[in-house]
Amino acid sequence: MKIDFTLNNKEISIDVDANRRLLDLLRDDFGMKSVKEGCGEGECGACVVLVNGRSMNSCMLPAGAIIGKSVVTLEGFKHTERYKAIESGFLKAGSVQCGFCTPGFVISTESLLNENPHPTDDEIKEALSGNLCRCTGYNMIVKGVRLAIEMGEGLW
Amino acid sequence: MKSKRAPVKQPISKSIIRVDSRAKLRGEAQYVSDWEFENMLYARTFRSTKAKAKILSIEIPDIPEGYFIVDKNDVPGVNRMRTVVSDHPLFAEDNVQYIGQPILLVVGPDREGIDSIYSQIKPEYQEETPLLTLEEAEKHSKVFTDYNYKKEDPEKAFANAHRIIEDSFSTGYQEHVYLEPQGIAAEFKDDTLFVYGSMQCPFYVEGALMDAMDMPKEKIRVVQTVTGGAFGGKEEFPSLNGCHVAIAAKKTGHPVSMIYDRDEDILCSTKRHPSKVRFKAALDENDDLVGLDIDVLLNAGAYNGLSPVVLQRAIFSATNVYHIKNLNVRGRNYMTNVLPSGAYRGFGAPQTIFAIEMLFYNIAKKLGVDPLEYKMRHLLKQADSTCTGGCVREEVKMPEIIEKIVKSSDYYNKLKNNKKYQGIGISLFLHGCGFTGKGESVINGKIELIKNKDIVTFKVSSVEMGQGAETVLRKIVAETLEIPIEKVIYETVDTGKVPDSGPTVASRTTMIVGGLLQKTAMQMKERWDDLENLELTNNYKQPKYLSWDDENFRGDCYPVHSWGANVAEVEIDPVTYELTVKKLHAVFDVGVPIDERALIGQMEGGVVQGVGWATIEVMGSDLGRLKQANLTDYKIPTSMDVPEIDCDFVLNPYEFGPFGAKCAGELSFVGSPPAVAAAVAHAMGKAINHLPITPEVLMEMDNED
Repeated sequence: MKIDFTLNNKEISIDVDANRRLLDLLRDDFGMKSVKEGCGEGECGACVVLVNGRSMNSCMLPAGAIIGKSVVTLEGFKHTERYKAIESGFLKAGSVQCGFCTPGFVISTESLLNENPHPTDDEIKEALSGNLCRCTGYNMIVKGVRLAIEMGEGLW
Repeated sequence: MKSKRAPVKQPISKSIIRVDSRAKLRGEAQYVSDWEFENMLYARTFRSTKAKAKILSIEIPDIPEGYFIVDKNDVPGVNRMRTVVSDHPLFAEDNVQYIGQPILLVVGPDREGIDSIYSQIKPEYQEETPLLTLEEAEKHSKVFTDYNYKKEDPEKAFANAHRIIEDSFSTGYQEHVYLEPQGIAAEFKDDTLFVYGSMQCPFYVEGALMDAMDMPKEKIRVVQTVTGGAFGGKEEFPSLNGCHVAIAAKKTGHPVSMIYDRDEDILCSTKRHPSKVRFKAALDENDDLVGLDIDVLLNAGAYNGLSPVVLQRAIFSATNVYHIKNLNVRGRNYMTNVLPSGAYRGFGAPQTIFAIEMLFYNIAKKLGVDPLEYKMRHLLKQADSTCTGGCVREEVKMPEIIEKIVKSSDYYNKLKNNKKYQGIGISLFLHGCGFTGKGESVINGKIELIKNKDIVTFKVSSVEMGQGAETVLRKIVAETLEIPIEKVIYETVDTGKVPDSGPTVASRTTMIVGGLLQKTAMQMKERWDDLENLELTNNYKQPKYLSWDDENFRGDCYPVHSWGANVAEVEIDPVTYELTVKKLHAVFDVGVPIDERALIGQMEGGVVQGVGWATIEVMGSDLGRLKQANLTDYKIPTSMDVPEIDCDFVLNPYEFGPFGAKCAGELSFVGSPPAVAAAVAHAMGKAINHLPITPEVLMEMDNED
């Protein structure tokens, strides 16, 4: 079926099986390789993208679910001021180790701060609980979000 | 998240931004699943659904053009995966020994096309009775490996014992859950084979390919791609799937990529060995532990693979930080018809260290003495003999470590809290740095350092897999040469370009490979101003003081140890019995931290992985099939499950480590499981002899009275 949506603020119109996973559409058809497949069952958050500003697991979304919506991946988001604040925070806090979960955490952080620019540590932990990380033990990621909030004051 | 800790006052410990983090943050790092090759085919592995069976026949449907079946008949060389014991067939021959065992590959240009063929493949099996558990295997004496060593005179110690106490402990499976599933690809360029993938040990894969492909090493290039976590899970396993894609690339004449989805990864990749450890302890008239009989059983699964070396570390870690005069230690790997167990962070040591920590706890409770005090009565000191009769040469800073953690956690005050369902527990532990026994001299690790004007390139086979190797090794070279880190280049790990400095395992990268880089950089520094271009190579030499008898397990099984203590505070819900770890304290002696922040990140991650293994990471098998085969059923800690962690260090420079550094990566894992178990024992007033500690177990325990 024909699907219209915006991808990283670009208008897209394609003919695609409505049941195709958004994850495959983004990676295979649009080369959005920042979107990672970690589990394919909505448990790990490595594949989250912003759909109308909220982070969602692209492995659980059929292409048909994004009609008329705005989809943002890291390929688009990385050019924003908000991204730069998150990047600085994560770099300074040591939030990145193997990196496979990292794009997902960046997207979920944006989704959280978009809704709640001044979260408590508990709110940060709750907002990131859909993203699994096996390297860091999470505390350094939470600290990265804290630093991003400080450095990006006024952006959200 | 506020730390009371004072920063380490060593220039090398000062944290820098990790060199690999920017590309990873931007989503630009290229994992193997992001690689594309021209005319690339995909592969999917057809696997056994039987725990033990003869394969009578395999019905293959008509294969459309462009698709291929790859099986045992396509192996150009030996149909076995080269590792410590090369017993695992690359593709099943006339029988299968576990559910998930690879039988053949379906290869083709389209995933749906592959799935369609896959669903029409019909093997005919003649089922046989499998051995499914460690208990059954022990009953049937299905032993792969049987080790034994003794120290002094255990028989006499038991004959003269004032009191003899017996106890036993067991632990379950653990799945690595590296966030990037196993992935690998192969292609031929002219007559050279290239294998690209997520891996820890490119030269292990090269060796396996030489056997499987019957090709000389000169015609093989193994290239590590950005690796999204490993923790041991990508130590030996890529030798299997690496051979699969290479054989497929040869047969089809196309590049072949094989990326596992999570369910397949969990179903068939290696796990931490389930264990049982039995003790008989001899106590003298002062109730001091003077003799131990230790029996370690590991479930190796269907093939032995590298389980013998896991078993070695398990039995050499079984006395942990304690000086036990008389020992009789036996270790056995058992064969079961379950997927093979393999390398996992700690490599057998977490199982035995949990066991002996809880043995000390249980004995102390039985004697009515404070467990920490009882442990401290038996601590190893400098110049004491190790379990294998080697010598503890380093200064043992356990008293300082203990003092620090007792104070920072307010341990004794919290221990006085007798409120049921709240508890605090402490663990003491060590980790032997680098390979066991003669391992390092067998590997004979080699590195190269190349100066080109003011740029220095180093070539090693140690990979970055998330642990920070790239940053740490660059830092060691830059600091030694006193040049900016931007002037130091870490060569892509490609077996065609780099020498074999050994696998990325055994917490050896910083201490062994980093040490060799530092030594070489010092030689380069002496000639820095004289030459524009200079190439230096060096091989690792074991410190001269080491002696090891591999036949009798006598001498120094490790060149040096890292040490630590953990304290856990827990709460248990009296209704649901849900266990919450409220706070963790950790103090480590890793010599000198090379980059403090990178190290804390690694240590916190390891501590949390240990908590997962001890609590929520339940994995069982039923008739040979894993009951938790996806991330919905197999839970690992999330950000909501993780407590505040206080991580601190005691400096204890090691003469042969770069800037004094020893090992760290695995040390981080071993302490939190026994600390949590001791805290739960305190909270419940009951002994904890099994991991994981589930709500069901706690509820049953509470209802026993």
